[in-house]
Amino acid sequence: MALKIVKGSIDRMFDKNLQDLVRGIRNHKEDEAKYISTCIDEIKQELKQDNIAVKANAVCKLTYLQMLGYDISWAAFNIVEVMSSSKFTYKRIGYLAASQCFHEGTDVIMLTTNQIRKDLSSPNQYDTGVALTGLSCFVTPDLARDLANDIMTLMSHTKPYIRKKAVLIMYKVFLKYPESLRPAFPRLKEKLEDPDPGVQSAAVNVICELARRNPKNYLSLAPLFFKLMTSSTNNWVLIKIIKLFGALTPLEPRLGKKLIEPLTNLIHSRLVITLHRASVEKNVCLIGLVLPIVCVCVCVSNAVLISLSSGMPNHSASIQLCVQKLRILIEDSDQNLKYLGLLAMSKILKTHPKSVQSHKDLILQCLDDKDESIRLRALDLLYGMVSKKNLMEIVKKLMLHVDKAEGTTYRDELLTKIIDICSQSNYQYITNFEWYISILVELTRLEGTRHGHLIASQMLDVAIRVKAIRGFAVAQMAMLLDSGHLLTGNMQRNGICEVLYAAAWICGEFSEHLDDPMQTLEAMLRPKVASLPGHIQAVYVQNAAKLFATVLQKHEGATDSQAAQDTSQLLIERLPLFVQSANLEVQERASCILQLVKYIQKLQQKDVEVAEEVSALFAGELNPVAPKAQKKVPVPEGLDLDAWINEPPSESESEDEKPKAVFAKEEPKQSRARHIEVDEKELARRREARKQEQANNPFYIKSSPSSQKVYQDAPGVEHIPVVQIDLSVPLKVPGMPMSEQYLKLEEERRQKERADKKKKDKKKKKREKRGKGKRDDSGPESEEDITPAHQVDIVTEEMPENALPSDDDDKDPNDPHKALDIDLDKYVPSAENTLHKVTVCMLHAEKQGDLSITRHFLV
Amino acid sequence: MIKAILIFNNHGKPRLSKFYEHYNEDIEQQIIRETFHLVSKRDENVCNFLEGGLLIGGSDNKLIYRHYATLYFVFCVDSAESELGILDLIQVFVETLDKCFENVCELDLIFHVDKVHHILAEMVMGGMVLETNMNEIITQVDAQVKMERSEAGIAGAPARAVSAVKNMNLPEMPKNINIGDISIKVNLLLQRL
Repeated sequence: MALKIVKGSIDRMFDKNLQDLVRGIRNHKEDEAKYISTCIDEIKQELKQDNIAVKANAVCKLTYLQMLGYDISWAAFNIVEVMSSSKFTYKRIGYLAASQCFHEGTDVIMLTTNQIRKDLSSPNQYDTGVALTGLSCFVTPDLARDLANDIMTLMSHTKPYIRKKAVLIMYKVFLKYPESLRPAFPRLKEKLEDPDPGVQSAAVNVICELARRNPKNYLSLAPLFFKLMTSSTNNWVLIKIIKLFGALTPLEPRLGKKLIEPLTNLIHSRLVITLHRASVEKNVCLIGLVLPIVCVCVCVSNAVLISLSSGMPNHSASIQLCVQKLRILIEDSDQNLKYLGLLAMSKILKTHPKSVQSHKDLILQCLDDKDESIRLRALDLLYGMVSKKNLMEIVKKLMLHVDKAEGTTYRDELLTKIIDICSQSNYQYITNFEWYISILVELTRLEGTRHGHLIASQMLDVAIRVKAIRGFAVAQMAMLLDSGHLLTGNMQRNGICEVLYAAAWICGEFSEHLDDPMQTLEAMLRPKVASLPGHIQAVYVQNAAKLFATVLQKHEGATDSQAAQDTSQLLIERLPLFVQSANLEVQERASCILQLVKYIQKLQQKDVEVAEEVSALFAGELNPVAPKAQKKVPVPEGLDLDAWINEPPSESESEDEKPKAVFAKEEPKQSRARHIEVDEKELARRREARKQEQANNPFYIKSSPSSQKVYQDAPGVEHIPVVQIDLSVPLKVPGMPMSEQYLKLEEERRQKERADKKKKDKKKKKREKRGKGKRDDSGPESEEDITPAHQVDIVTEEMPENALPSDDDDKDPNDPHKALDIDLDKYVPSAENTLHKVTVCMLHAEKQGDLSITRHFLV
Repeated sequence: MIKAILIFNNHGKPRLSKFYEHYNEDIEQQIIRETFHLVSKRDENVCNFLEGGLLIGGSDNKLIYRHYATLYFVFCVDSAESELGILDLIQVFVETLDKCFENVCELDLIFHVDKVHHILAEMVMGGMVLETNMNEIITQVDAQVKMERSEAGIAGAPARAVSAVKNMNLPEMPKNINIGDISIKVNLLLQRL
C-alpha cells in the first residue's frame, strides 16, 4: 500500500506543477498563447484522471491561468471535486480556485452546500477557516439561506480564529439573505465585547458596514461604541468607530454634544505627536496613527452642526480648531497628509463653508501641485467655495490651468469642473453672462477633449434660458460657425465638434438677432459640413431652413426680391449634397427642405410674397423642460393605467376573423396628404388649430405665455422690461471673445458701484447722528453688494402643473443595502410571543371578569 | 470594503489579482491594464491615493497603492475604508510576505502565487479586513504550512526533492533541455538504487 502511494507520487512528481507552468510561460515569451493552449490541453487530460492529487495540481495551475485572463469556468465541476477532498492541502487549492472564479451564475455552486456545511463543522479549524474564506467570495442567496444557521453557530466557536472569520462573513450573508440579520444581531452585538481583540474588531467592522447604509437602526449601540472608543487601543477599531459616529451624529444631537469633548482632545493630542513623529521617521506605521484625525474632523463638524442647531453656539471654536489643524496637514510636505487634509476639508465645507472659505489661498496654491490627485481634490473644494464675488477670479485661474494642463484626463476634469462651478445651483453665482459665454467659446478651442457635448449643452441652456444674452450668444455662435473648420481639424476623434450642433441651433432658432444672417447661412451650407457627424449635419440642415426664413423676411421687408431669389437659389444648389447623405436623418430633412425651397422659388418667380408664411413654419418659442417633468405628470383622477382599455379578447374567438380596428372605425385614408403638397396657408391653419388644441390641453407643455401662470412667484419673463445693455461692454467683440476683458470691466464696474454707494452712504451718514460707529468701508463687500451686470432673468425649467413634489425618485431600487434596513430594536412578535401575549391578555380579561373578551380570544 | 487587490510589476504583468466582486476575465484584465496605466504614470514622490478608475465601482472608490522596487501593490477600496489604514495594511502585507518568503522578491510572487493568496486570505476576507496583526497572521500561515507538510508526509518527500532539482538555477543550463529529459535521468537513477 505504502509502495503504491510512493509509486503514485513518483509518477506524479514529473507532472508539470505550477512552478513548471510559470517557468514554461516565461520561456515561451514569443508564442505564449500557443504554449498556454497546449498547457490547457494537458490540464484537461489531468482533470480526467482519478487521482485527486493530479486533479488538485491541475486546478492549481488553472487558478494561475485565470489570473492571466483565461476563462476557467469549464472546470467548475473539477474544482468542486478538489474542494471535497479530505486533505487540507487539496481542499485549500479547490477553495482558492472557487473563490477566484465562482459567482452567482455558476450552476455547480448548488452542489457545494453540503460539502461546505461539512467543512464548517470539521474538527480541524483550518478546514473550517478555508471554507469560510472561500465562501466569503462566492456566497449566493441560496448558500446564505442554507448556511446562515451553521455560520451563526460558529460565531460562538471556542477558537477565536474561527469566531472572527464567522463574524466577518456574516456581513456577506446579510447582504445575500437579509432575513438572517434579525436573528443574528444579538449575537453580533455580543461579539463587540469579545475577549479576543480580533473578534471584536471583526464585529466592529461588520456593524460599521451595516450602519453606514442605515445608521438610524444602530443608534442604540452608541453607548457601547462610546465605551469601546475610549478604551480601545487598536487603531483599526478606533477609526471604524469614529467613522460610525460620523454617520450617527446627524441623527442624535445628544451624541454630538457628548463626543465633542473626547474628539477635540484626540485632535489636540494625537495630531501634534504623530505629525512630529511622522516627519521625523517617515514610517507608515506611525503615520497610521494620524488615521483617525480626518474622520474626527468630519465627526466634529457634524457634532458642531448639531449643537449649533440645538442652541449651543459656543462650539464653533472646535470647527476652527479642526480647520486650523487641517491647514497644518495641507501645508505638510508629505503628499499623503496633504491629500487627506484636503479630503477632510471638503467634508467640513459641506457644513461650514464660511470657515473653509478663509483658506482660499491655500486651496488655490494646491492647484499648482505636481500631483494630480491633490489638484483634483483642490478642484473639488473650489466648487464649494465660489461666490458671486470670486467666481470670475477663480475661473480665470482655472482657465490658466487649462492652458497649462498636459494630458487630456486632467484637462477634461478641469473643463467639467469649470462648467460645474459656473452652472451650479442654476447659475447662481454668474453676474455676467457675456463673460460666461466667452468662457464657453474659449473652451471650444481645446483640442481633443471628450466634453464637447457638455459645452454644447451649456451653450444651449444659457441661450435658451437667459433671454437677455441671446443677442450676444448668437453673435458668438455665428462666429463659431464661421470658423467651424478650425474646430473640425481632425474631427473623427474630436468631441469638440459637438459645439457646432449648439451653435447651429442657436443661430437658427434666434436668427432674428443675427446681424448678417446671409453670411451665417452661407457658412452652414459649405460643402465641408458634409464631413461632420450625421446628427450635427441634420441640425445644420434644419436650421439653415430657419435662417432662410429670416433672410427671406429681411429681403422682402426691403423689397429686394432679387436677393430673396438668390437666397433660394443658393439653397437649391447646396442642399442636394445633403440629400445624398448616408445618414437617414440628414437625407430626410434635406430632401424635405429642398422640395419646400423649390416650391417657394416657384412662388417667388410669380412675385408672391412668401416670407410671412415661411417664417410661420418656425414660429413659437421653445421653452426648457425640466428633466424630470415627464415623470412628474400626475395621473389624473379616475384614470387607471393598468385597466384594460378593451376587454381582452376571449380565447374562443375564431382566429381567422378579420382584425377589427380597436379604437375607431377605419377612415378612408387621405390620399390627398400624400400626393398633393400642402400649401402654406393650409399649413398655417393647421398649426393654428394645433396650437389652439394644445392650449386647451392641460397636459401639454405650453409655450411661454403659460409660464407666467405656472411660476407666479418667479417674475414672468414678459414682465421684465428688456434691459438696457450696459454700454461699458462693447456689444461686438472683434475676433474671438476674451473672457479676461470682462474681468477688468467687472472690476471697474464694481468699483464704480462701490464709489456710488460710498457717496450715498456719506450723504446718509451726514444726516445721521455722529454717535454711531464708523462703518468699515475697507471690509470685504458682502454678497448683496454685487449686482449683476445685466438684469438677467433665468427662465426656470418647466414642470407640469400640479407636479408632485416628490424627491425620493433618486434612490436606487436595486441597492442591496435597502433590504438590510431593518429596525433591530423593534419588538417583533414571533409565533411563540404572540401566543404568550394572547394568554396574558386572556388572564387579564378573566381577572376583570370580562368574559366576552376571553371568548373573543378563544375564538 | 475592499473591492480588489492587485499586484503587478513595472511592466503591468499581473502577479496577483484578487477581486471581491465578480467580473468576467476580460473585464478583470481591462481593470488591471487601466489600473496599471493610471498608477505607473505617477511620479515617485506624490501621494498614494488616486481617484478616477472607471471600471471598478465608480465615484465612491479610490485606488490606494504603494510601489516597492519592481512591484506595485494596489488596493481598490470604497469610502468606508480609511486611506492611511489601507496604506498601513499594504505595509503589513509586504512585511508579512517578507517574513514568509525570507527576503521576498518578485520571483517569489511569480512562482508561488498560491502561497501569496493564502497569506492574503489571513488578512482580508471577502473584502473586509480580517487581521492586521502581523504576528497573528504569520502564526496562522505557519500552522497551515505545517499541516500541509504533515499531509504530504513520506509521499511528499520525493516530490520535494524533484522540485528542488527543478528549482536549481535553470537559466544557467542550456535552454533546450526540457523537463522530460531530466525525468528520464532521474528514473534511471531510481532504478539503480
